[in-house]
Amino acid sequence: MFDSFLLESIINGLLLGGVLALLALGLNLVFGVIDVVWICYAELVMVGMYAIFFLYVYYEVPLAGAIAAAVLGVALLGMILHRFVIEPVLGTAPINQLLVTGGVLFFLQAAATLAFGIEFRNIGIRMPVVEFGDMFFSFARILAFATALVGVLLLWLFLTRTYLGTAIRAISQDREIMPLMGVDPRRIYLITSAIGGGMAGVAASLLVLQYDVHPAIGLSFGPITFMVCVMGGLGNMLGGFVAAFIFAQFISVGGYLFQIEWGYVIAFCFFIAMMFVRPKGLFSR
Amino acid sequence: MNTRILGGIGIAALAVVPLLGLGNYHLHILITVLIWGFVYTSWSIMGRFGMVSLGHGAFLGVGAYVATMLWNTMGLSPWVGIPVAMLVSMAMALLVGYPCFRFRIVGHYFALVTLALGEVVRLTIVGLRDQTGGSLGMTVTGVPEGTSLLALQFGDRSTFFYVALLVWLGGLVIWRLVDRSMLRYALEASSEDEDAAASVGVNVTRAKLMILMISAAMTTLGGALYAQYQMYINPETVSGIAISLQIVFAVIAGGLFTQLGPTVGAVFTLLLAETLRVTFGHDIHGLDGTIYGLLLVLFIIYMPKGITGSIMAGLTRRRRPTPAAAPAE
Amino acid sequence: MLEVRNVSAGYGSFRALFDVSLEVRAGEAVGVIGPNGAGKTTLLRVISKIIAPTSGSVVMEGQDLSRVPAHRVVEMGIAHVPEHRRLFPRLTVEENLRMGAFHPEARRRHAERLDFVYELFPRMKERRLQMAGTMSGGEQQMCAIGRGLMSGPKLLLLDEPSAGLAPVIVQQVFSLVRRIRAEGYTVLIVEQNIQQVLQVVDRAYLLEVGTIKQSGPSAELLASPEIRRAYLGL
Repeated sequence: MFDSFLLESIINGLLLGGVLALLALGLNLVFGVIDVVWICYAELVMVGMYAIFFLYVYYEVPLAGAIAAAVLGVALLGMILHRFVIEPVLGTAPINQLLVTGGVLFFLQAAATLAFGIEFRNIGIRMPVVEFGDMFFSFARILAFATALVGVLLLWLFLTRTYLGTAIRAISQDREIMPLMGVDPRRIYLITSAIGGGMAGVAASLLVLQYDVHPAIGLSFGPITFMVCVMGGLGNMLGGFVAAFIFAQFISVGGYLFQIEWGYVIAFCFFIAMMFVRPKGLFSR
Repeated sequence: MNTRILGGIGIAALAVVPLLGLGNYHLHILITVLIWGFVYTSWSIMGRFGMVSLGHGAFLGVGAYVATMLWNTMGLSPWVGIPVAMLVSMAMALLVGYPCFRFRIVGHYFALVTLALGEVVRLTIVGLRDQTGGSLGMTVTGVPEGTSLLALQFGDRSTFFYVALLVWLGGLVIWRLVDRSMLRYALEASSEDEDAAASVGVNVTRAKLMILMISAAMTTLGGALYAQYQMYINPETVSGIAISLQIVFAVIAGGLFTQLGPTVGAVFTLLLAETLRVTFGHDIHGLDGTIYGLLLVLFIIYMPKGITGSIMAGLTRRRRPTPAAAPAE
Repeated sequence: MLEVRNVSAGYGSFRALFDVSLEVRAGEAVGVIGPNGAGKTTLLRVISKIIAPTSGSVVMEGQDLSRVPAHRVVEMGIAHVPEHRRLFPRLTVEENLRMGAFHPEARRRHAERLDFVYELFPRMKERRLQMAGTMSGGEQQMCAIGRGLMSGPKLLLLDEPSAGLAPVIVQQVFSLVRRIRAEGYTVLIVEQNIQQVLQVVDRAYLLEVGTIKQSGPSAELLASPEIRRAYLGL
């Protein structure tokens, strides 16, 4: 029997996978290069979503302008995060680097509550629904999926085709000799942080079209993003990309067959199980 | 000997606290400090060996929900329910811990795997909404008379204070026992260098599993105690990433490596939240968290040993010029 | 061209160099020879500013390097080919070479430099799209030297280019060094393989436990009874 609802949820999973892939990309880039997990990554996305919301709704900036400003703003936030929070603890125990960004998570989440209250805010753009046979797909999701793919492609081109991109890949392989190449590692780290932040900004612009923004929204995207990155192998961008789609299928199809929470539960259990099969990620060397 | 006398005086002082005629509010603060102090101690018992878990909310949640559900639906006393919850937690710890330690999943990876575990428990509670009430939370069914030893419910706050005090002291005793056991040396060695530890005959996997299961069981008890005290639980406050992170950060603020550090963390965070609430009122949401987050970042950058660790370091530095004054053990 | 003046350096409380002075003139090939642990690598690390000396200074073409940040040293015309080659294993050969020409000046001329390196090492051109980590030790050494040449240096610092290579390959590496000399590069080479290196360089310094024990033209050192006895086993 052909189950068009199942097919619909598989395709929706594919679309969700694009967004997860984009979320994972920035985090993976930062980890791969600087060796630090930004636990507050989803909170950077939240900041971006608020920025777009307020610029667009209150200051009536055109959507494209609001998005551009948010991407730049979050990129700047990424640099600030690196320069003032990560850099001071780079030489200390690795777990401190993870925890210090956890402090930032608390800070951003609480500061957002303080500044904007706990209401859910919606940007109020109604995206059309795409009808295909008796299946329905949200246009916002299709747009997010397409943007995610373009984002992945652009980042890949940047990393493989430019001097700076090559240096970013090189520094993750051997940091100490970078000065011998005439590269200032601190500068590369700052640039990487800006790109990582910028990716969070792009993710924010896609999420704000589909979801309400509220201070705790990071907690609903954060864990799944970390799982995607770890399952793909922290720092392994290809692995993260594939893992994003696997996770999204679990969430979407599991959510369709049972309930949305169970989709997540199955995805997380699968993640824990996978840690035993491939502890260092899907494509570990 | 000195510390033992000091400790005895401290415990005696705490024991007479309810007799001082403190109001309900102050007693409530003290009980809360003791319960969370115990939970934070439970986390640090393993956290101090470099095993940073971001998922202790899982065990806390199991403690709160399993005990409460057994009581509410089957009328099973928490005296039975809590051990059952502890067994569930330990089984979970074993299931996740064994492969983690076996395959040397440490540092970031371990932190993120445990984070997933915390989320699994939270989402399971939400998903079982027919039984648990989902995000709305659930109330512990109260006994009509208000106080019942069998139900572990005490209408009188002072009684609950003694229960919490006992549990908290139990936590400190376990800390001390671990401190004096071979387990500590095994774990210290493996937190420095796993290969070296394994090569001198330390069964790293076993040692780590033991401490994880001790820590999980203790945290479960803490969760159940919290439920018994608050009489209301919901998935966000006892499980998931938020509470798991809160545990870690309170411990870091207080000090991870000293016996009283986690408790100091509980005092510190609670006092901060209460002071801000009293000063600025209920309406300003997020103020405590903002300051809290900022302080945490500053703590990790400038005071990674926490409040107690820094005080201890300061004391030893001051003492060092006169080593003769140090008492012989 | 390069002057090392009374340099002392170390790691933590460990002192690796004591008051070392040496000089490299333009067009020369100079060797620093000595046993393992003599401080040879530390000396090169001080010159390229991977570590800072505790006292003394390094002067390149009249300019004191103490104020130059580490990543600018390469712009001063010093290329350091580090010990153990230190290629980026998961970058291709060509990407490794391009990293050598990162600084703006070199980047402008990188196509030209790349042609030059490929002409010098045709093998590298064949392997240009291969991951550097998958090549043999000798090929990796070629790639590392090529990466150093990409910056268009005046002075090439080579740290133990023959270490860990089979005897036949060692011969090839030294003949490469000869060719690089013939191209007009000034070379400062650190080696344990004393017999071989003394046939390539004009002059050499003998470094033992962090101090210069002897120096002079290669032929003189080769003839020196102490060196023959201690290092050449004759």
